[in-house]
Amino acid sequence: MPELLQFLLSGITVGAVYALVALGFTIIYNASDVVNFAQGEFVMLGGMITFFAHAAGLPLPLAALIAIIATAGIGVALNKLAIEPARGAPVVSLIIITIGASIFIRGATQLVFDKQIHRFPAFSGDQPILIGGATILPQSLWVIAGALAVFFCLWLFFTRTLIGRAVLATANNRIAAQLVGINTNYVMTLSFAMSAAIGALAGVLVTPITLTSYDVGLALALKGFAAAMLGGMGNPKGALVGGLLLGILEAMTAGYISSQYKDAAAFVVILAVLFAMPQGLFGRKSTDRV
Amino acid sequence: MRLSSKTTTLLILAAVIAIAPVFFPSSYYFRVGSLIFVNGLAVTGLVILIGYAGQISLGHAGFAGIGAYACALAPVHLGLHPALAAVLGAALSAAIAFLVGRPILRLKGYYLAVASLGFGILVSMVLSNEAQLTGGPDGMAVPELGLRAVLKAIGIDLSNTEFWYAFSGLVLVIGAWLALNLYHSPTGRALRALHGSEVAARTVGVDVAHYKLVAFVLSAVYASVSGSLLALQNKFITPDVAGFMHSIEMVTMAVLGGAGSVLGAILGAAILTTLPQVLTVFQEYEQLMLGLVMMLVMIFMREGLLPSITRRIRGRAE
Repeated sequence: MPELLQFLLSGITVGAVYALVALGFTIIYNASDVVNFAQGEFVMLGGMITFFAHAAGLPLPLAALIAIIATAGIGVALNKLAIEPARGAPVVSLIIITIGASIFIRGATQLVFDKQIHRFPAFSGDQPILIGGATILPQSLWVIAGALAVFFCLWLFFTRTLIGRAVLATANNRIAAQLVGINTNYVMTLSFAMSAAIGALAGVLVTPITLTSYDVGLALALKGFAAAMLGGMGNPKGALVGGLLLGILEAMTAGYISSQYKDAAAFVVILAVLFAMPQGLFGRKSTDRV
Repeated sequence: MRLSSKTTTLLILAAVIAIAPVFFPSSYYFRVGSLIFVNGLAVTGLVILIGYAGQISLGHAGFAGIGAYACALAPVHLGLHPALAAVLGAALSAAIAFLVGRPILRLKGYYLAVASLGFGILVSMVLSNEAQLTGGPDGMAVPELGLRAVLKAIGIDLSNTEFWYAFSGLVLVIGAWLALNLYHSPTGRALRALHGSEVAARTVGVDVAHYKLVAFVLSAVYASVSGSLLALQNKFITPDVAGFMHSIEMVTMAVLGGAGSVLGAILGAAILTTLPQVLTVFQEYEQLMLGLVMMLVMIFMREGLLPSITRRIRGRAE
């Protein structure tokens, strides 16, 4: 069984990253009905900015904090400059805008920084921990803990705070939210900042394991998007479960079937789930207004 | 005499294709031109899917991949002539689109986007992983079409780039003609009706599922033929032709130029095919510029370049 456990552990680690990306998708989707394909670039920025701040001599925690704040700022700028001016545009246009933004951020990163692959040291060393015959890196525990902590904080935020409920109200019905005095523009800004910060946090946590470079964002965005759809778009619980499920599925396929087709397994399962449940695992059934 | 918009579109297209070579200083321009036509063909298919029927696909490069690899594999393994191989590829694409489209097209919006994206990724993954058959990520050679030799025998001697310019231009005009005819046909009306409102279309008796599938299969055939042309013209093919970025490029070309109009979409193909060639001078800034163009056009010209510009000109005239 140590083999199975090993695959499970590595699957959960990867899945935790997908879950963080999917949570980022979920927040923005809830606030604005936009699927932000630049979400993966936030992860990339988190890793890249941390590396360069760290290389410039800053201590790692400070470098990570700077990266998260800077990325949140970029998220807000994305909303103000590209998403808000295009409000009400059809889905295809919004997809192209956010993919355009993702290509733009990639191009800018390669100019401002470089095209090299980077890594910074793991938070608690690189000595693997033995669990029942399988091993796990301490950094993987950081990633998993990070995903759970973010999920828990979001849950508290959406259920226990006034502003969190304001975000949910805006998601439900923008005009009604405005009528009861919610500043929906502020809600949008906040959502993009939070989503970008969560993406950057994922980048900070995972870079010591997977390394980073200017072009890692797109693959992460696709996986995170798939995870969010698998769970049901717009549902934080769905994002978490979808992400973990996708990660475990990939690890099992890579371990038992073929490592070349590990990405294929994910998409085959997503197609199957969508055929059976067109709204994803946790999505609500929607009805069309005629 | 007032020409119908269909005739005008075809005349403009044919005239531009025929006259442009006069201004070409080198054979390189013929090459870029034929690339524009190949992309334009795939994009014309997407006009049927996106512009007429209002559906999305982020996986159409998968069909281009099927068309391209049919031309590479069928002549070697089945002994088919490359032209027949392209037809076989188109038939295979249509069959796959028929099978995949039925369940996929029940989905809407982003769900449809992720399902079609998954399909495209599966195709490109098979192409790059089945290396003993497809040569893997390194790609494989594609046999000569042989039509140029036939033309030469009857006295029409064209250089390679000139031939492909003329041939893919011809295929594009035929493709545009078919798509424009479809627009005014009962099928085209049904597609536009379900684009406007599926419920309303169903109420007046349109078989929504059937017509969505028709649009999906037709656009798959366009993508497949475009892939075949690309493979035959380059005489070499890699799995990139089926990749996610190629799907995105195709959709961007269509929407950038104006997915509702055949001419607009081809204009989009022309711009996005030429842009990287121009930008090679500023290679460092290529991605930056591409991303910026995509965002700006979509924010400020939501219907795409051509429809927005013609509307502005008309608005000024009145």
